Amino acid sequence: MQAKYLDITGVGIEFDTGGKKFRALQDVNLKLAKGEFVSLIGHSGCGKSTVLNIVAGLLHATEGGVALEGKEVIDPGPDRAVVFQNHSLMPWLTVYQNVELAVNQVFRKTKNRAERREWIEHNLKLVNMDHALDKLPSEISGGMKQRVGIARCLAMQPKVLLMDEPFGALDALTRAQLQDSLMRIQAELGNTVIMITHDVDEAVLLSDRIVMMTNGPAATIGEILEVKLARPRDRLDLAEDPEFVHLRQQVLEFLYAKHVHPASKTSTLPVRESSEDAAGKSSSEGDPDTEAA
Amino acid sequence: MTDTVVALRPDERFRQMIEGISSKSFVEGLLLPALGIIAFLLVWQFAANRIDTSLGQFPGPVQVWEQVQNLAGEHSREREKEAEFYQRQEDRNAKKLEKNPDATIKWRDYTGKPTFVDQIGTSLLTVAAGFLIANLIAIPLGIVCGLSASMYKAMNPIIQIFKPVSPLAWLPLVTMVVSATYTADDPMLQKSFLNSAITVALCCLWPTLINTTVGVAGIDRDLVNVSRVMALPWRTHISKIVVPAAIPMIFTGLRLSLATGWMVLIAAEMLAQNPGLGKFVWDEFQNGSSDSLGRIMVAVLAIGFIGFMLDKMMLTLQKRATWDKSAVLR
Repeated sequence: MQAKYLDITGVGIEFDTGGKKFRALQDVNLKLAKGEFVSLIGHSGCGKSTVLNIVAGLLHATEGGVALEGKEVIDPGPDRAVVFQNHSLMPWLTVYQNVELAVNQVFRKTKNRAERREWIEHNLKLVNMDHALDKLPSEISGGMKQRVGIARCLAMQPKVLLMDEPFGALDALTRAQLQDSLMRIQAELGNTVIMITHDVDEAVLLSDRIVMMTNGPAATIGEILEVKLARPRDRLDLAEDPEFVHLRQQVLEFLYAKHVHPASKTSTLPVRESSEDAAGKSSSEGDPDTEAA
Repeated sequence: MTDTVVALRPDERFRQMIEGISSKSFVEGLLLPALGIIAFLLVWQFAANRIDTSLGQFPGPVQVWEQVQNLAGEHSREREKEAEFYQRQEDRNAKKLEKNPDATIKWRDYTGKPTFVDQIGTSLLTVAAGFLIANLIAIPLGIVCGLSASMYKAMNPIIQIFKPVSPLAWLPLVTMVVSATYTADDPMLQKSFLNSAITVALCCLWPTLINTTVGVAGIDRDLVNVSRVMALPWRTHISKIVVPAAIPMIFTGLRLSLATGWMVLIAAEMLAQNPGLGKFVWDEFQNGSSDSLGRIMVAVLAIGFIGFMLDKMMLTLQKRATWDKSAVLR
């Protein structure tokens, strides 16, 4: 097993929904090495975001815990920066100011004004957004907003970069561009990343490991798939690579055969076995990313 | 062939001209409001001719316009008298000093009666004071209520109960409290001014308080989470995230608050005898001359027009302060 950098041990969480207890996660165990890129994939409502929020410190696990470099995670902090699905830029701040807000907080004491300015510009350059420093979020496209969101997180120099379906709201072409940018940046900086995704191709293309989650309630890790494709990866070369196709097939198998989404059970998709999802009705949101299939 | 082309040109130009004149913006921006005002003036004159009161016929637009000129004339005459008074005083004192350089000289303030324009000034000052007092309390309190659900639950019954209270109910209480507590020998502010301002404040506190609370409580959860991830200290969180996010709602509250304050002020001044527009209306009513109704009508129109301008001013400020440029403000 790899060296422990981020350690998620026996994590479970129960929500109190109007007096009723709802168990979202049970016994989630995952260890990440430094510089590793891990994707979490699963049907909507399976608790992927909950895992991410627990690592971020935005939610507290009912049992088990998360340790980063041997220290327990209790509160949110800039060492575990989160890229949210809907960019979450402050609409009243410019591109530059949005990143500045984070940089001023994290490097208040360690960098002087000029160094901070340089650092902000450097990070915006990494995501190719240095041309729009003074634009407001409402003046740039969705893909650009997400680039700025990523720059804001990178600028915090997080130990772990958490991404909650970062490209889910983007069109396919923009998404591909951003995936390529992310691969380039991650190769350059060696970030440790946990990314949630619905997109099977995205998971295989970007990850070192793909963590596949079972359906809720009491969701947990079903299988973990190692992706041993050589880096740097090129989406065109990989499209016909037998290893890539095989991995992709395995993820699809898991999602659409072994752990079919509860909402689509009655559909024409083949249902071979269903052990975990027998009681999975309460978590159905009717939002299966069919695009990935 | 060429003739027809040439002939078409002026025709085309004419068509464009017609389109320019009868364009939507002209009709909606000028013609319709003008028609509305003319219709109103006609109905007013028609109705006024048929209403007889103990103070004579109800004033129509023409009589009211006469009173506007009278009031303006009174104002300029009063200003001249004031200037003359100070001139005489200066001359007298200068002469005194010429005879005896050690003479004690007296400076007296002019004590003529306030004109209509002075009264407008007093009213604006009073409403500004009340508005300021109210919002210095309402905005911070609204932020606290918006951030903390328990604080909101604790405050909500109080807000709901005091919100609908009329200024006339507050005024006697405010008057008694002010006379009991504000007992400086040489008061900087008149008691009637304080009474009116505090009454205004008590009534225009609520719109800002409620809107600020709603604005702060409705901040996008993701933005709050971003702030938590950045581990912003609470002061930065409030100044950089909470207040900017709630600015549109805060301004909605401020606009409602100023409108309420202006409306309440007239009633408060009437009873508190604060020398503003409310007192003007009351004094004219007590006067009971044949001009009184016309003069009161002038005040009514002035109150309406100033209220409209105050709202315009707030709207301009709101447009400037709001980051959401796509929002339609009206």
